[in-house]
Amino acid sequence: MRLSEIKDALGLEILLGSPDCEIAGAYTSDLLSDVMAHANEGDALITIQAHNNTVAVASHVDAPAIIICSNRPIPESMTDAAHEHDIVLCRTELNQFQVSGIIYAALR
Amino acid sequence: MSTLPISTDDSPTFLTELIFRLKVKDAMTREVITARRTDPLRDLQLLMREHQISGIPIVEGPRLLGIVSMDDVIRALDEGRIDEPAGDHMSRQVIVLEDDMPLSFGISSMDKYRFGRFPVLSKEKQLVGIITSRDILVALLVEFNREAERLEDDIPSRPTDDSYRREYRVRKYDFELAGKPTSDIKKRLKEAGLHPKLIRRVAVASYELEMNQVVHSEGGTIAVRLNPQQVEIIAIDNGPGIPDVEQALEEGYSTATEWVRSLGFGAGMGLPNARRVSDDFEISTGSHGTSVRCRFALPEHQTEEDSHATQ
Repeated sequence: MRLSEIKDALGLEILLGSPDCEIAGAYTSDLLSDVMAHANEGDALITIQAHNNTVAVASHVDAPAIIICSNRPIPESMTDAAHEHDIVLCRTELNQFQVSGIIYAALR
Repeated sequence: MSTLPISTDDSPTFLTELIFRLKVKDAMTREVITARRTDPLRDLQLLMREHQISGIPIVEGPRLLGIVSMDDVIRALDEGRIDEPAGDHMSRQVIVLEDDMPLSFGISSMDKYRFGRFPVLSKEKQLVGIITSRDILVALLVEFNREAERLEDDIPSRPTDDSYRREYRVRKYDFELAGKPTSDIKKRLKEAGLHPKLIRRVAVASYELEMNQVVHSEGGTIAVRLNPQQVEIIAIDNGPGIPDVEQALEEGYSTATEWVRSLGFGAGMGLPNARRVSDDFEISTGSHGTSVRCRFALPEHQTEEDSHATQ
């Protein structure tokens, strides 16, 4: 599924990268070690952890996109890191539960 | 490690690895000459002469009570007290080593305390050996010889460029640079054509160990070693050590501070994650630091190209 297909439903603001980005699934967690342990390759990462370490984790598990929830402020160092690792960075007003529900339904 | 009296920065990597790989128990003398506290010092003097040793642990069963050194004996001779019981002349504040500590701890203790010998205790606090600087030298020389022989055997069959090693420094609380070593390691393994699933497992271990050093240690190093048989991630930090390794290996146990947790770390999954993805996982820890080694076997012909070719 492309991010563009759920962009409107999520009110997604794509800060970096292309809406054509393909995601195979998604993983929701604010614990980065949990993401390391359980996220699958191709998952979008749904989280409120808006900092550059989240990008490192996404990169290590081959997650192509990060969706920051609840409109959390995103520091420049995170955008820089996402740019460097070629990871799509988006933000939405919705919380993790709402985002997960919408993506879950869209993927079925 | 900053506490090590030899500079490991420029020394051959083999030496550095060796002093971390070898344990105190690999170098110590296991047959310890001991005495009881009721034994007269005269007996100890004879034991020292007979066995050419300079110190004797005083024990009660397997328990260490103290140590009598050659100096103690000489002083007693001077003072005409050589027939008094050893217990009255022993040092009770004994610096000991644990048998599972890396040899590097032994070397730095020798340097720090300037004692000729250290009694070695097991985890159960029983006296299991004694170690001198001579023991350490002998152990290192034996291991060096072994390695030299191995290298000689290997030279014809192994081109020199199929082994890769790189070390990265990790600094305490440096969240900005955290993840860079792992990114670099991943890139290198991709270039080497390793299977993406394997690379991911290595990355999980490497990143968790890196973050552990950032969050919990005084800083350290992460090293990667790649050869045709395996990938190794070796994390060595400068302390303060893990008080309870068993607990640290249990999921959910964490000693991280509140602000570290607020960044999404410190969930108590780091070591369990690293262990889970590794084919082989070794950890040793003490107040001088913690070293972790994760091994990943490289199945033959499991590179990306090969798996495509067989599909």
